[in-house]
Amino acid sequence: MTIWVRASVNGQLREAEVWEGTSLLGMLRDELELPGSKNACEEGECGSCSVWLDGDLVCSCLVLAAQADGRDVRTVESLGTGEDLHPVQRAFVDAGAVQCGFCTPGLIVAVTDLLDREPSPSDARIREALAGNLCRCTGYEKILDAARLASGRVEASGDRP
Amino acid sequence: MDVLRVGSLADALAAKARRPDAVPIAGGTDLMVGINAGWDRPPAILDLSAVDELRHWERGDEVVLGAGLTYRLILGELADERALTQAARAVGSPQIRNRGTVGGNVGTGSPAGDLLPVLAAADASIELGSDAGGRRAVAWHAFFTGPKRTTIAPDELILGVRWRRRRGPSVFAKVGPRNAMVISVCSLCLQVDEDDRAIRLALGSVGPTVLRADDAEAFGAAAIEEAGGWADPARPLDDAAVARFAELAAGAARPIDDLRGTSAYRRHAIGVLAGRALRWVLADRAAEAP
Repeated sequence: MTIWVRASVNGQLREAEVWEGTSLLGMLRDELELPGSKNACEEGECGSCSVWLDGDLVCSCLVLAAQADGRDVRTVESLGTGEDLHPVQRAFVDAGAVQCGFCTPGLIVAVTDLLDREPSPSDARIREALAGNLCRCTGYEKILDAARLASGRVEASGDRP
Repeated sequence: MDVLRVGSLADALAAKARRPDAVPIAGGTDLMVGINAGWDRPPAILDLSAVDELRHWERGDEVVLGAGLTYRLILGELADERALTQAARAVGSPQIRNRGTVGGNVGTGSPAGDLLPVLAAADASIELGSDAGGRRAVAWHAFFTGPKRTTIAPDELILGVRWRRRRGPSVFAKVGPRNAMVISVCSLCLQVDEDDRAIRLALGSVGPTVLRADDAEAFGAAAIEEAGGWADPARPLDDAAVARFAELAAGAARPIDDLRGTSAYRRHAIGVLAGRALRWVLADRAAEAP
């Protein structure tokens, strides 16, 4: 059995016919051709699939696709393009915070979520905000560097990221 | 698998009456794990995430939490309820706290559920509703009957929880391998009840359900009485009294060995945690005294 799900995804009205048990992550990747959100653990442990649902940072693997019907979904694809990077993406590149890259989209979304709400977070706040995003390459130090770099640039420019 | 989508509490209760086999979903932080992995295929899912009536809360003589309240909303709206917010902040990660709900923690009924020691220490009741029977309130100890087992009827939904507010400091603490994203190895909520001159101590993840440490509670209250601490919060408890309190707390635990820890470790850790928690709340009382 399938159902239709219609949602605003990155500002566009999108619809897909999915199996009822499909997660939002499955719908984004397999039906809407938005593979930026990564599928790793499918149990909310790793944060690779982080997106915004009605403005809230969530693991899209734990959202039933049907629950996104009529809602606003924003993915990492909304932040920048290969040519025009979002300031948080630029900070990850500049800080060398990307190794294999698999966790990177989720971390970019989580750091952006943090800086949107709290432009100058302490290290402790950064660590707490990123507690749900696992990286098996970097040892996290460069990711923390990237978050600090992005925060500093936001402060310097007076802009929100 | 059918997905039942409802926009009001009345519709949700009617849907549950029609399809008692439907499993409610709110944040999905428990249910989706099994669906994604393929080992859970409920015949139907009842989506409660659009039912705004379940997101209410009140804070007067009683604390009332709607089943749809997320941990994040608790942290934002009920920041003065210390043990409650400590427990909410100890859950998962920001992503999980943005989605996971009071109703999910209560309905799943895991002995390790982080809110449950807070509910047990406060002698909370669970409010249930059904299309046919209206509402009923069940005391926490009658609701949780075993690991992930509760007395909810197939046609009922959890509406929320409520408890009477008490004067006095409280604390929640848990033990796990990380400061985030861990299922408790053991946890507790300790509350000082200044009005009844009582200590309330609930233990999580060290038994088939959350449980109260009655002997430790009685000993703790009597020890404070003996030290003159109820009248004068600056009067300390001696080390032997704190050690005895910790020992009685550990004695109340009925832990098992599992992948998160051994029975012996849990019993030891819950005793250590209970002793520390007692010192913390006594320090708070002393600091708050005029």
